[in-house]
Amino acid sequence: MPTDTHRAIEAVWRIEAARLIAGLTRLVRDIGVAEELAQDALVAALEQWPVTGVPDNPGAWLMTTAKRRAIDQIRRAETYKRKVAEVGRELTESSPDIGTLVAEDDGIGDDLLRLVFVACHPVLSTEARAALTLRLLGGLTTDEIARAFLVPEPTVAQRIVRAKKTLAGAQVPFEVPQGEELAARLASVLEVVYLIFNEGYSATAGDDWMRPELCQDAMRLGRILARLAPREPEVHGLVALMEIQASRSAARTGPGGEPILLAEQNRARWDRWLIRHGLAALERAESLAGDAPGPYVLQAAIAGCHARARRFEDTDWVRIAALYERLAAATPSPVVELNRAMALAMA
Amino acid sequence: MRFMVITKATANSEAGVMPKTEDFETMGKFIEELVDAGVLLAAEGIGPSSTGTRIYFDGEKKTVVDGPFAETKELIGGFYLVEMKSMQECVEWFKRCPIQQVSGEPTNIEIRRLWSGEDFGEEFTAEQREAVAKREEKADAAYRSA
Repeated sequence: MPTDTHRAIEAVWRIEAARLIAGLTRLVRDIGVAEELAQDALVAALEQWPVTGVPDNPGAWLMTTAKRRAIDQIRRAETYKRKVAEVGRELTESSPDIGTLVAEDDGIGDDLLRLVFVACHPVLSTEARAALTLRLLGGLTTDEIARAFLVPEPTVAQRIVRAKKTLAGAQVPFEVPQGEELAARLASVLEVVYLIFNEGYSATAGDDWMRPELCQDAMRLGRILARLAPREPEVHGLVALMEIQASRSAARTGPGGEPILLAEQNRARWDRWLIRHGLAALERAESLAGDAPGPYVLQAAIAGCHARARRFEDTDWVRIAALYERLAAATPSPVVELNRAMALAMA
Repeated sequence: MRFMVITKATANSEAGVMPKTEDFETMGKFIEELVDAGVLLAAEGIGPSSTGTRIYFDGEKKTVVDGPFAETKELIGGFYLVEMKSMQECVEWFKRCPIQQVSGEPTNIEIRRLWSGEDFGEEFTAEQREAVAKREEKADAAYRSA
């Protein structure tokens, strides 16, 4: 089998997995089933594309293939239900109307956002949320997730299976939460994205390349979220925070992988593009947040103070101390207090 | 990994024929997808070579030659800057670029990896990197205050 096609399929999967699973979930209302259907389509691609070549519109091909299987499943279920009904048993479950479901094809963005909220539902543990999010939205394999989180593959596989069961059992609806619930649920999503980022950020030089790549996955997830929920200051705040932190990646460790403190870092090695983009995201976040910046916006603002300082001596410690004070009020913690005290000492 | 994706000039673009409204729509949709996926850094179109100028260097001699230039297919028509996990991912993304639909003729897209400071090796000293960073920051600041 030509490895070129295999690599192409892997890349296509990375690009399409989230949209595919999101679209299918709307059809079958169960992310577990949706993911299986998507996987089946991937297997079909692995069988056929090496012979036929990668189709012009691989995303549409995968979606059509998966939908065909979904419809078969629904039909089978329908036939079963009809038979059951014929013997006089009452059916309470509603069944989706195949005609209208197949016709719907827009609103992919909404589906993606719904998928994010389901994958990061608070009914799941944070590890389960992270694994599910990377699997469903990042297009990562269980093996890649396992390597990235330094756990055995069966553990991740089991985590994902259990998470899907939990979601099905809790009958978590495929929808974007509204009103008061939104803030809490959004916090749960952002927590997962930041956890993924930090897992990658804490990786050291000797680690598998999968680990540092988590930072990129998290930043992409963050940017996708920012496009899906453009009015949410905390989303932009998180994007800014991740990008500004990631801008220091190359300067954070020495040749032997030893950590280098902020004060000693060679700032020439900071990534200017990430700083530029991060500061722009921060500006957006701050203008949306107005007088009430949340914890991510505040942390991003602190990171921004460091990013703006050409030399360590130029750091605006007065502003940093003030930001820590606000952060302490928003999310009291001994670490924040300690940082505030240090900033005050430097000011 | 960052890539520069170069689109080539066409007979139309060189003749200064502007894309049609629906072409902007088609290309806009593709660019939108790149933004939605969080991979796009920049996307720009470039004027025909008749609006361009070349400076030839040969020893002490510098010759300025105004466009247009021949060899249309080798000329640049526009570029994208993107952040991708791999060349393969970049290739899969840009196979979807509706460039031919817009250019109306066979063309090609060239993908090149951007070098980072690390790629330049030891000749590029720490002091020089420092100087580059300082310059970039000055340019950023000037841009912001402009």
